[in-house]
Amino acid sequence: MIKLEQIRKVYKTRGGYHTVLDGIDLTINPGEKIGILGANGSGKSTLIRILSGAEMPTDGQVHRGMSLSWPLAFGGAFQSHLTGLDNLKFICRVYGLNYRDRREYVEDFSELGKYMREPVKSYSSGMRARLAFAISMAVEFDCFLIDEIISVGDARFHAKCENELFVKRKDRACVLVSHQAKNIREYCTRAVVLKGGKLTCFDTIDSAYAYYKEVTG
Amino acid sequence: MAIQGRVLGALLLREVITRYGRHNIGLLWLFLEPMLYTLVVTAIWYFVKLNMLNNIPIVAFAVTGFSALALWRNTSSRSMTAVIVNSSLTYHRNVQVLDLVLSRGLLELVGATVSFALLTIVACLTGVMEWPADIILLLQGWLLLGWFGMALGFIMCAMSERFEAFERIWQAVQYPIQMASGIFFMVDWLPTHAQEAVLWVPMVHGMEMIRHGYFGNAVATYESPMYLIVVNMVMTLVGLMMLEDTSRKLEP
Repeated sequence: MIKLEQIRKVYKTRGGYHTVLDGIDLTINPGEKIGILGANGSGKSTLIRILSGAEMPTDGQVHRGMSLSWPLAFGGAFQSHLTGLDNLKFICRVYGLNYRDRREYVEDFSELGKYMREPVKSYSSGMRARLAFAISMAVEFDCFLIDEIISVGDARFHAKCENELFVKRKDRACVLVSHQAKNIREYCTRAVVLKGGKLTCFDTIDSAYAYYKEVTG
Repeated sequence: MAIQGRVLGALLLREVITRYGRHNIGLLWLFLEPMLYTLVVTAIWYFVKLNMLNNIPIVAFAVTGFSALALWRNTSSRSMTAVIVNSSLTYHRNVQVLDLVLSRGLLELVGATVSFALLTIVACLTGVMEWPADIILLLQGWLLLGWFGMALGFIMCAMSERFEAFERIWQAVQYPIQMASGIFFMVDWLPTHAQEAVLWVPMVHGMEMIRHGYFGNAVATYESPMYLIVVNMVMTLVGLMMLEDTSRKLEP
């Protein structure tokens, strides 16, 4: 189980302090798939980064009773001048895995072919998304944090993700940020809405969406 | 601890690949770079000045001076940019700010050490330099100066994360600091009031130890290892606290 307690995050800007998250409580149980809805700049990615530990909250506690992936997002995590293979090696070393055991799976899932040996900076965003997914699946986390990148994939990629993450790894938790209603409806069991630094939880996706539409207009 | 070791190993390997690539002589540049630097400066000194300087062979004087400079300067300056360049790696929770700084500094430490060792061994075998008189003392000085470089790197890294202007200011002030660090002089050559002033500079003590170890009792030296150790400990502590603060504020 993962528990956020009274998380506050304040950024310092030129114009003074800017509170992005203002007292967030959230519990993620094993196997739960949670969607995060919110307008641009409402703090979705910040929340994901605090969950993962990439950023520290200004106040509040994060209890991590499961292993969490790094935020699978567009920026970060990969080193763009290294090849896909070198990035895989680096991440395997960081998480204490033997990369030889995982290589085949990652090459297979990402379908990068000879691009595995090209620098990540030459990848399209779809290719990056495939590599990020493949590596995070190979590391086998208990909870996957997915920040938008699912939305760049094509139908084939979606089908594969669905199979790997939502069928084969049904028991794993997942937190998904996406602007596309379709993705959250498709994959998540419940949804939360971020607005004005506060988090509102809903039991069904539909009620979350109704609220989200109402507050964003 | 096991995790940190693993992460450091991964970062070191990654640093080697990104900096030197896989082709060419790659990794060799790690110590060829400081070696070339030392050789070029030593050659200039050799041709410009007399062969002997106050009874000290100029080649050995220059090699010890510039190798030691490369040691603390390269270690600290590479550490300074460790976080700016690599902050995206902290997306992985195991990768801490301190790991980024340590891996860069350690690599530089190794490079400068191999460079100095090779230069000394080759020069001694070919008779250009004499073998060091007291290798233990020399190594102690070397290690203390390396430690100083690491600790300075902690502080510089945290400062440059905090203040954008720090890197530029450092560029400007590093030359006078290097001048005062004892590359160009032995404390003994200076007038008394200058000696007193220069002995406040921590690097001077490391430099004096290294030269004392190298030339033995043929030279008079004024090092206080205790002073350097105390300065190192204080700087390490301050540096670690500053880096802790950096990691709390980091937004990768």
